[in-house]
Amino acid sequence: MKSRSRRQLRLTLRYLAIALVLIVFLFPVYWLFMISFKTPDEIFSSPPKWWPGQIQFGNYAVLFKDGDVIAIWNSITVSFASTAIAMTLGTLCAYALARFKTGGENLAMWIISQRMMPPIAIVFPLFLIYVWAGLVDTHAGLILLYTAFNLPYVIWMMRGYIEDIPLELEESALVDGCSRWQVFWRVVVPMARSGLMATAVFTFIFAWNDFLFALVMTRTEVITFPVQLTHYMGGQSNFWGKIAAMSVLGSLPVMLTVAFMQRYLVRGISLGAVKG
Amino acid sequence: MAGLTITGLHKRYGGFHALKGIDLTIQDGSFAVFVGPSGCGKSTLLRSIAGLEDVDEGKIAIGGEDVTDLRPRDRDIAMVFQNYALYPYLTVFENIAFGLRSRKFPETEIRRRVGEAAEILGITALLDRLPRHLSGGQRQRVAIGRAIVRQAKLFLFDEPLSNLDAKLRDEMRGEIKRLHKEIGKTMVYVTHDQVEAMTLADRIMLLRDGRIEQEGAPLDLFERPSTGFVASFLGSPTINLIPGRLVTRSGRSAVVLDTGESLDLPAQRAKLDDGERPILLGIRPQYLTRAAGTLAAGHARIEANADLIQPTGTRTFVTSHIGGVAVTAELAAHDVDNSEGRIAYALDMARAILIDPSTDKVI
Ligand SMILES: Nc1ncnc2c1ncn2[C@@H]1O[C@H](COP(=O)(O)OP(=O)(O)O)[C@@H](O)[C@H]1O
Ligand SMILES: [Mg+2]
Repeated sequence: MKSRSRRQLRLTLRYLAIALVLIVFLFPVYWLFMISFKTPDEIFSSPPKWWPGQIQFGNYAVLFKDGDVIAIWNSITVSFASTAIAMTLGTLCAYALARFKTGGENLAMWIISQRMMPPIAIVFPLFLIYVWAGLVDTHAGLILLYTAFNLPYVIWMMRGYIEDIPLELEESALVDGCSRWQVFWRVVVPMARSGLMATAVFTFIFAWNDFLFALVMTRTEVITFPVQLTHYMGGQSNFWGKIAAMSVLGSLPVMLTVAFMQRYLVRGISLGAVKG
Repeated sequence: MAGLTITGLHKRYGGFHALKGIDLTIQDGSFAVFVGPSGCGKSTLLRSIAGLEDVDEGKIAIGGEDVTDLRPRDRDIAMVFQNYALYPYLTVFENIAFGLRSRKFPETEIRRRVGEAAEILGITALLDRLPRHLSGGQRQRVAIGRAIVRQAKLFLFDEPLSNLDAKLRDEMRGEIKRLHKEIGKTMVYVTHDQVEAMTLADRIMLLRDGRIEQEGAPLDLFERPSTGFVASFLGSPTINLIPGRLVTRSGRSAVVLDTGESLDLPAQRAKLDDGERPILLGIRPQYLTRAAGTLAAGHARIEANADLIQPTGTRTFVTSHIGGVAVTAELAAHDVDNSEGRIAYALDMARAILIDPSTDKVI
């Protein structure tokens, strides 16, 4: 009897703790969404309004009318393209490193060390090169940059996942009539699927969140959404409605991706964790 | 003609010399077994045949065609791996069909062949399952199924039964032998288990440290080993090796044990020069029987205490000390009582194997 009530108490406390943590972490997200639906008056009303008087999409309408949402589209194209390229190239490189010991033991280490370079250290030299090459303010320029920055991460992660695939599976496929390419597509890719998905999500998010490169390398043509956001922060006043609406639009693709891939993410990340 | 010929094969891993000159011929349609202790190079040899290892020297020919420089896929072989190597993301059907798909067989042909193979192996009911929902024995069948649909020239098996429990292993061993009869292809089988080697093989190649120590029919190797190593490797319980001296005087030979007993060798075994030399007397447990009133021809008598008596039902194993070492005798179940103390053995000296301890060679 006693132990039962004790157990119940413990369970209740645990749920309370979970609820508390969820509120703390989710409240800013909730607040962001709410602001995006509010009128300017409501945004600044005191005491704060926990719930807008009436849901209105005025803030969004402005973004669409002024064409600001093109920034979201730019972010999507640039992030998506760079992720696709980095994943393809990176996984192939990782396969070579894992299975053919390309470059010996040290090449892999050197590659990941590239990732440790602070971007700020190279952003201005790169800018000059980009000016010279005519890549400033182009989609190709940003895609190239994000691909280059994500490659080391992809190679490093995928190398770990590939090394975990039993060699016998690939050898069996080789004997069964596959070329190396077929082995790659028919054995390595399906076997490393969770790892591929997890890595792709992180790669995508890196490109999506990047501010520094996008700020320096773009002017008017390929403004991405983090840069666009700063345009709403004026010297005198901030357009909170627009900021909130843009932030919501910018968060949705990432939220959807992660929700969609949750199953792979958990497996992929924990696989990597075991590998260390 | 799809036999296998290997000449002068060498394989090094960095500084380690894994295969030190392998020469062998395997007849078309026969069942050859590479056997030997762990690390002797069996897998390396098999993988070289498959093309999964690049060899440093030598030639490999399958069916008369030199395949030394061909890729695995061009050698027309099928291979069954120790850990089954099933694709966890494919159904049993797709696992078996894998090789046919990579060779772009038409769908109807794939269905027919997979159906046939599943029939032979009794796994038709499992075709839609994923490998993780199969037992070890079923997985092994799928792995074999994947090899047989290919109808390759040459089948390679690398310790395919070592992950199964004893009962299942016996069963699958029978299946593999039956399969060989049924499809009649050349098969090369690797194992460290001498029972598997003896029961399956038409021909055994016994490997030691990257060389073929001896090859021949299973009973040949068993009865006429060329070295002490071969004699000890084959047979269970292992052969008894008793130290002593071989003494030959005017055409008659005897083994004098370190403990003093003298065991006469039959006349036909004694084509030796007069003299004395150290020797290991190799005698298999089944050639130690109970001495009856009169000794049969070619037998030698010796008495010893029964230190340990282990009945198994059909046979009873008795351990005694003879010539200073533990010696096992394999007696008929009712030949010995559990309580017996001293036993008189008859050693079948015509079957004795004499080994030179300095060279390990049989004389
Ligand atoms: N890839 C490798 N690199 C270095 N040494 C190896 C490699 N593969 C096998 N060896 C060595 O070669 C020897 C033979 O190995 P193997 O053919 O696997 O033996 P087994 O007879 O047990 O199948 C072993 O000593 C093993 O350590
Ligand atoms: Mg092996």
